[in-house]
Amino acid sequence: MLDAGATILNVANLKTVFSTRDGYVHAVNDVSFYLKPGELLGIVGESGSGKSVTMMSLLKLLPMPPAEIRNGTIDFDGRDIRNASDEELRNIRGGDIGFIFQDPMTSLNPVFSVGFQIIEPLRVHMKLSKKAARVRAAELLELVGIPDASARLKDFPHQFSGGMRQRVMIAIALACDPKVLIADEPTTALDVTIQAQILELIKELRQKLGMAIIWITHDLGVIAEIADRVAVMYAGQIVEHAEVKELFANPQHPYTRALLETLPKMDEARAERLASIDGQPPNLDHEPTNCEFAPRCKHAFERCLKENPKRRDVSPEHDVACFWDANTGGPHSA
Amino acid sequence: MLDVKKPLVRVQGLKMHFPIYRGILKRQVGEVKAVDGISFDVFEGETLGLVGESGCGKSTVGRCVLRLYEVTAGSIEIGDTDIAHLSGQELRAKRPEMQMIFQDPQASLNPRMTVGSIISEPLDEHMKMSKAEKREKVGELMDAVGLARRFADRYPHEFSGGQRQRIGIARALALNPKFIVCDEPIAALDVSIQAQVVNLLEDLQEKLGLTYLFISHDLSMVRHLATRVAVMYLGRLVELGPAETIYMTPKHPYTQALLSAVPHPDPSQAGNIDRVILEGDVPSPSNPPPGCTFSTRCPRAQAICKQDSPEWREIGEGHFAACHFIE
Repeated sequence: MLDAGATILNVANLKTVFSTRDGYVHAVNDVSFYLKPGELLGIVGESGSGKSVTMMSLLKLLPMPPAEIRNGTIDFDGRDIRNASDEELRNIRGGDIGFIFQDPMTSLNPVFSVGFQIIEPLRVHMKLSKKAARVRAAELLELVGIPDASARLKDFPHQFSGGMRQRVMIAIALACDPKVLIADEPTTALDVTIQAQILELIKELRQKLGMAIIWITHDLGVIAEIADRVAVMYAGQIVEHAEVKELFANPQHPYTRALLETLPKMDEARAERLASIDGQPPNLDHEPTNCEFAPRCKHAFERCLKENPKRRDVSPEHDVACFWDANTGGPHSA
Repeated sequence: MLDVKKPLVRVQGLKMHFPIYRGILKRQVGEVKAVDGISFDVFEGETLGLVGESGCGKSTVGRCVLRLYEVTAGSIEIGDTDIAHLSGQELRAKRPEMQMIFQDPQASLNPRMTVGSIISEPLDEHMKMSKAEKREKVGELMDAVGLARRFADRYPHEFSGGQRQRIGIARALALNPKFIVCDEPIAALDVSIQAQVVNLLEDLQEKLGLTYLFISHDLSMVRHLATRVAVMYLGRLVELGPAETIYMTPKHPYTQALLSAVPHPDPSQAGNIDRVILEGDVPSPSNPPPGCTFSTRCPRAQAICKQDSPEWREIGEGHFAACHFIE
């Protein structure tokens, strides 16, 4: 459908560390991914797997120090934004790249009206007049399905329900026609019926506006529903990456496989016992030198404890960082 | 099979209204009807799943059932005693039989107490045990939930979320309860850890013959755990029945919408799910709509729904619902 070569965002070998009193925490380790125009890339992982830090690193939204981007190139639409000036970054944030955060209550400012908060980026980035910005703000609220939009511009965040607040956040993120929208667990704080509303809205907006989206979540169900491609993160690294159907049908990494097995099924016969992954996610206080999943992995062998696997191609558009071969059930030759 | 079982917990007409005070004179100006007249039984040895969205009153029900709140009306029989109206002394004597596992293991464990003292605190309160006996009992409990005994002198912050939840479970088990209310025990845990804790709860139930009231918003986990499921909306039960029946042939429009809203972890089906998307939000429990509380969002609502509150009635064997339009 799209030219495979054309990417809007290309991240290579990104490494972010946090300095703490007890040494460095290696939150993001050698992460590479790309995003094509108009597609939705899902990033799945448990808490602490580095999925949010990766996205925050792109736009330097992390406090530095303690955070430090050690390595990597970030190419956005032909521009190198890893080394962009503060002013360039300010123009990109909220302009070409929109952000939606998990908790709509804490990411909206409670003392300003919703209208003010939507108008602000319009005035700054698009240099609209006050009047034009107001009109556009009302259009945006209408676009995200808030009834009686122009009257609600003067309302404050606490006058909206959780689902409506998240719609406001989406309206703000969309205000300047971003090329890329980064959504960090946007439905995690919402109830399932409201989540279903927001997912419908996102599908609809994608068709209308055609921006590319990076969707961070821990919920594989949500991913299955909206993503085109998926990257699975564990311990600050991407361990598997594939097209969504391929990932669910043909998971290669033992972690991905285990995650899919632990999900209780809604429409199949009830399993006697849930499959579980023993042990705990690792502490990230060291540079990864071996496979970080090995201690919890039922297929681990000697090599996994000595070397950190690199991502290898399984098929075009599908790669995995693992020494074990899911197809033969033994060590991989490469 | 069901009629052989006898109810261990019998809740009837339970109401919990929280008053709202306003102004300098702190006059009562209204009330939040968190739980507004619900009745259900929990049979011995089963898991009753209680599901609903945030704010529907499910946690309040859990707390009322253990009488952590003074209920506004209704009766709660556990065994043969109605605990809704017991005096402090009598209630205290009854406490060992009923325990609770809380949602957030971070907040429900005292950070200044060692794991050993957290688990043995209920023993101090309710049992006369020597130090050695207590130490042995704590050790047994830690074995039962899969924590190494040598951790007894550590503090909660030294443990991960899943391990902390195990500490909370050990504490709940200390007095050999019959009935445990689990209030979203896995909501704060990661997917890979959730399955560990759920398996532990199931093992313990089998071994110790426990009865659970399992409160959760995670419909797929409840499907896995529960024998029967109760669905709550805005302070009332809308449907209750055996888990299979509720999940396979839900009758109440709210249950249908709730189940269809759960995302399927299967991308090959993504396009062809027949989804009911509910409009709008849950109304405020301080000012619930007249008639059926779900009528403001119900795709099938008629004029009668806005006037008359539907009756809670049996629509199939052991299957209850409150809706005007269910045959």
